[in-house]
Amino acid sequence: MAQGEVPLRRTPLYALHVRLGARMVPFAGYEMPLQYPGGIIAEHLHTRAAASLFDVSHMGQIAVRPRTGRVEDAARALEALVPGDIRALAPGRQRYTLLTNDAGGVRDDIMVSHQDDHLAVVVNAATKEADEAHLRAALADSCEVTMLDDRALVALQGPRAEAALAQLAPQVRAMRFMDALPIDIMGTTCLVSRSGYTGEDGFEISIAAERAEAFCEALLRDASVAMAGLGARDTLRLEAGLCLYGTDLDGETTPVEAALEWTIAPARRAGGARAGGFPGAERILDEFANGAPRRRVGLRPQGRAPVRAHAPLFRDGAGTAAIGMVTSGGFGPSLDAPIAMGYVSTSCATLGTPLDAEVRGKRLPVTVGELPFVTPHYKRR
Amino acid sequence: MIKYTTDHEWVRVEGDIGTVGITQFAQEKLGDLVFVELPAVGASYDKGQTACTVESVKAAADIFAPVGGEIVAVNDKVTAEPGIVNTSPMEDGWLFKLRIRNLAELAGLMDEEDYDALEK
Repeated sequence: MAQGEVPLRRTPLYALHVRLGARMVPFAGYEMPLQYPGGIIAEHLHTRAAASLFDVSHMGQIAVRPRTGRVEDAARALEALVPGDIRALAPGRQRYTLLTNDAGGVRDDIMVSHQDDHLAVVVNAATKEADEAHLRAALADSCEVTMLDDRALVALQGPRAEAALAQLAPQVRAMRFMDALPIDIMGTTCLVSRSGYTGEDGFEISIAAERAEAFCEALLRDASVAMAGLGARDTLRLEAGLCLYGTDLDGETTPVEAALEWTIAPARRAGGARAGGFPGAERILDEFANGAPRRRVGLRPQGRAPVRAHAPLFRDGAGTAAIGMVTSGGFGPSLDAPIAMGYVSTSCATLGTPLDAEVRGKRLPVTVGELPFVTPHYKRR
Repeated sequence: MIKYTTDHEWVRVEGDIGTVGITQFAQEKLGDLVFVELPAVGASYDKGQTACTVESVKAAADIFAPVGGEIVAVNDKVTAEPGIVNTSPMEDGWLFKLRIRNLAELAGLMDEEDYDALEK
């Protein structure tokens, strides 16, 4: 081990991954499964056709407990850090929101759910220590912030997810997209949300670390359920048009640039009941009203060659100055075609705009395309 | 005669024609291939020059000419169906054939025993 290198951490499911033949790779400080023997494409297609189980225990699970015991106090405090409407979050409901910085950039994209006496927050793996410190510092007066290191997090995703999980917990059938409820599974209380990162219906299940492996094995006894790794997770989320923090979103990128205006709740917009009041609100609300100079778009390469992250983008057939850059790109197995997303000058962001991407010194034609690339199958009702 | 490079390519030599592909180890390491860009027939490469590119779901990898020569044939089947390189890297998944300019360059490559023993 090189000097100064931090040893990689393992999730509670490490032994299961190894037993199932996963190829383990370093990711955000953890040894994580990139893929199992079937390979990324098979895992991707299986997720869209049946159900896949992903270990996402590397992500941060944080409890925000109001010192008063009244969850509205935690919601009020958290609203000072995000542009979402947290106070309107009903018990058992979850919301996607953004931790912003003073410059209007995105510190992290997170999930927040109302758990009666506290808010449950799920944050990205690479940012979890920074998020924990940020939340603790900003909410110290009103809330206790606890990283739940003793819990695993698994995602069960795909059209067969409901049937598979319902064998262990029939009440999940009644859940709809973005419900987040405590549910007893195999004798232990789990926090189950009907959400995910694939564009499919599915669940994320927070479970006590020591129960995680037995729970996964129980799910895997269902013939429709198979493990999937980070590789398939990435191709699935790209097809679903979802941002990867650190790649498509960062501290220099605003929510409006990222085409995430919908995360700025009506109550927090200019003229709203609680307008502004989150870090970077001035810039973000100005861009909300007037637009931003660049915008995240979907990109469809015209040929078969994948166009990957960091490829510069140019106006079709002309221009030596790049008008944007690819942030995520690769191959979409469900589309059997290369797909990408990136940021372009707003003047080039219209659907159908022909652009060129530079790959290995060659200009390849790409077209600005609709996000998501595949139709989501969330269970909204 | 079949020879291997430290970049995990193989070259099968018949007369002065070398057929080139990637090894079982390389295809496993790359994972599912989704794109292969082959060289043009007639193009010439020096030993070690990038002759073509293969791309998996996760990454792009350059394929170097294991020895110098002129491309005399390419395997169009792998362009149409890159997965052939995964399922048959040493046979049906060959990439290109070149007319070897200087057979002495082969002496710098590994035989199978040395390649198998290579720290990967």
